[in-house]
Amino acid sequence: MSKTPSFREHLERSGLSRREFLRFCSYAAALIGLDATGIPRVVHAFESQPRPPVIWLHFQECTCCSESFIRSSHPMVGDLILDQISLDYTETLQAAAGEAAEKCLKDTMKNYHGKYFLLVEGSVPTKDDGIYCTIAGRSALEILHETAEGAAAIIAWGSCASNGCVQSSSPNPTGATPIHEILDKPVIKVPGCPPIADVMTGVVTHVLVFGSIPELDGQGRPKSFYSRRVHDTCYRRPYYDAGLFVERWDDEKARKGYCLYKMGCRGPVTYNACAVTRWNAGTSYPIQSGHGCIGCSENNFWDNGPFYRHLASFPGFGIETTADTIGTVVGAAALAGVTAHAITTNIRKRKLIKEHLEESVNVKKEGEDN
Amino acid sequence: MMARLVVDPITRIEGHLRIEAVVENGVITDAFSSGTMVRGLEIILKGRDPRDAWAFTERVCGVCTTVHALASVRTVEDALNIKVPKNAELIRNLMFCAQMVQDHVIHFYHLHALDWVDVVSALKADPKETSQIAKSISSWPKSSPKYFKEVQDRLKAFVESGQLGIFANGYWGHPAYKLPPAVNLLAVTHYLEMLEWQKELIKIHTIFGGKNPHPNYLVGGVPCSINLNEVNAINMERLNHVKKLIDDAIEIVEKVYLPDLIAIAGFYKDWTKYGGGLKNYLAYGDLPTRSYGEPAHFKFPRGVVLDRNLNEVHEVDPRDQQEIQEYVTHSWYKYSVGDEQSLHPWDGETEFNFTGPKPPFKELNVEGKYSWLKTPRWKGKPMEVGPLARMLVAYASGNKEVQELVNDTLKQLNAPATALFSTLGRTAARGLETKLVVHWMKEFYNDLINNIKNGDMRTFNEEKWNPKTWPEEAQGVGMTEAPRGALAHWIRIKDRKIANYQLIVPSTWNASPRDANNQRSAYEEALIGTPVKDPHKPVEVLRTIHSFDPCLACAVHLYDPQGNHVRRIQIM
Repeated sequence: MSKTPSFREHLERSGLSRREFLRFCSYAAALIGLDATGIPRVVHAFESQPRPPVIWLHFQECTCCSESFIRSSHPMVGDLILDQISLDYTETLQAAAGEAAEKCLKDTMKNYHGKYFLLVEGSVPTKDDGIYCTIAGRSALEILHETAEGAAAIIAWGSCASNGCVQSSSPNPTGATPIHEILDKPVIKVPGCPPIADVMTGVVTHVLVFGSIPELDGQGRPKSFYSRRVHDTCYRRPYYDAGLFVERWDDEKARKGYCLYKMGCRGPVTYNACAVTRWNAGTSYPIQSGHGCIGCSENNFWDNGPFYRHLASFPGFGIETTADTIGTVVGAAALAGVTAHAITTNIRKRKLIKEHLEESVNVKKEGEDN
Repeated sequence: MMARLVVDPITRIEGHLRIEAVVENGVITDAFSSGTMVRGLEIILKGRDPRDAWAFTERVCGVCTTVHALASVRTVEDALNIKVPKNAELIRNLMFCAQMVQDHVIHFYHLHALDWVDVVSALKADPKETSQIAKSISSWPKSSPKYFKEVQDRLKAFVESGQLGIFANGYWGHPAYKLPPAVNLLAVTHYLEMLEWQKELIKIHTIFGGKNPHPNYLVGGVPCSINLNEVNAINMERLNHVKKLIDDAIEIVEKVYLPDLIAIAGFYKDWTKYGGGLKNYLAYGDLPTRSYGEPAHFKFPRGVVLDRNLNEVHEVDPRDQQEIQEYVTHSWYKYSVGDEQSLHPWDGETEFNFTGPKPPFKELNVEGKYSWLKTPRWKGKPMEVGPLARMLVAYASGNKEVQELVNDTLKQLNAPATALFSTLGRTAARGLETKLVVHWMKEFYNDLINNIKNGDMRTFNEEKWNPKTWPEEAQGVGMTEAPRGALAHWIRIKDRKIANYQLIVPSTWNASPRDANNQRSAYEEALIGTPVKDPHKPVEVLRTIHSFDPCLACAVHLYDPQGNHVRRIQIM
């Protein structure tokens, strides 16, 4: 096996000056929220570690996670795969095909046992011996078990690998299963359909720079990106608080950018960085562009009722709460809350409120019965 | 000499596809194409709100994201007789164009180029020579010797590290690679440059649809509102952003993509002889200039060309139950009417019936069912869809813009018109339509500005939003052109819910198994006659398969003519 030079050596050979290298390190540090005192740790990490090998598997998916990944702007994905990681197996981009590609996979598993990162895009069909997804004649299930065995860390990219996503929605014809339900190792979940590009590279570079996984919430999602509800970080939130809502698509209120709650927005029950990090180098996010959030990073989001039926209700004051403290109570408690509110304070509007409840949808949350 | 070769998976595509082929004396004489992954979205869609279907079907593909959403909203609008406002049509056109241009550029550089470009050879290039070549074919400013030297040094450091990452185990040094080192360096440099740029153009989706991949759509229009006096809507800043992205795209396509394509193609003229495959081409057309209801005024015309006869274009009617039908004779499904029969998508059935070997397996039974793809036919005939089909249908329809561009390019390459019917022709057609589309995008942008200037701000038609206004039963079809070819969805609505939903995607036309009459589909037919110099390194197979821009992961097996495995080759 060839020598494995450090990131620093790589960057040096790439013609980067010491000054440029330090600037790069401070950039990386800023990306993961470190102040100036944290930069030396980043410098040390890059100077002492080789480019870690990465295996990226594809199962039941649409490749939107890979496509999202290559939209990353900081770091640029070309820089990431040339200078920071060694992307040894990825069906989407690698030059080798067939057995030559299989050899890449086997070499990495053998030569870097216990040291490589395993990134999984897609769910795994578990029905009927896994016949619904085979690669090189082998089932996704078999490949996952084999590659997970020697992995240093496992990341579930997107909602397919994290929660099963669209193919696992009712009636789940192929038995599509998220990878944490198959493996008995910890899995970092980066849900979303797809996840935001800079969130994906943010998670990877966190691991590279600190040599440890980012702090996770109760569901296994990095707190740095999944600890706040879209609703609580949404720039349209003041309209919600003021009771100003879009009532119909493209009405005067839509043209003023009021809150999309009544149009079915799932921002109040969705934990993601969309409203803060935004999409495609901060260009926009779904709510900014006029459509409600469909909750694509949440479990069961395809089966949580039609997208254009609004939520029954949800606690209005949750800014200080996180996914761990509030996520499980949103759905069930909300309906009771609204009903109580109707009886005690607003009895004259009972008919209106009844209609509101009938037309609305209750979103199932983690921990409730399916 | 016969050989069997196992290439599994074929990479640089989306999804999972397997091809088994017969090679005789270094040439492919038969081939079988198999999709090896299925998710059952047609089953999942039953009983759901038709207005949600776009979100489900958009997840069919994250590479050609957006087009399924477009086909889906059109399907529901067709069923419910909804006409969308002009602004919505124009914004949809802009999103369509952005998708096609970005996807074609990614395909050329990141999915297809390594079949023609030897990365390792680029290390031997003289950057001065690369610079001279670059300047001779384009006025793109990034073409100094220093610039190419920097990229080469970076590549050298990368190779010397011993960790080759995505370039590990490529077929470098294969005699089928014909480019001189200087041109290889040019292509590798632009590989990296275009990887950075592609993420810019696609921001057009983010501005109008909130994100990419998988921007948001809306039955009846588009979700974004226009308000020039509001920061929370499409205003001048947003429109300026779109304009800037379009202007940059025009420059990139004209100064980088097309010159590179022509330069590289010049070294591979022998590939105008291989990979032609089927002689029938189908396009549904798209990019309405009036409304979607007037296909006569589409930028991409609709029609069928049969037997490569460019003097005649046949009409296509997706509503006619006799025209478009799907077979499952060789697919892992069963039909209630019997597997030898075909069904129109409105009556389509999706019921799994796997009869293949249990994994792990070495080979499929290609005599029986061998794929998760169904097999679509137009009036019983197999059709190729995609950029080549679009260009040929437009050419045959008498579209002057297309005819001039195609004729000029053939002249530049000193190639006859028949050169189009080939692997290289397919790859060139993709580049040519990108040039057309990037300029059309500017036209649609100007139309949008003019429409707003005329005081029309509407982006949504409210009339049929409320399901209470719907008839008890309805059926519709929505069509578009995905980057990879003709795409359509068919819906039946009953009691305000989806009763049946069927998709025929481009890769179903191109990558499907045989029909009941044993006719091959496009991939299988195109592989016939493809040379394979070194069965250890079947780069030629990748060239022809990648020229279709497959939307599936695939494996290629080469068999002896009897279909027996004669030996297993280990690729080192």
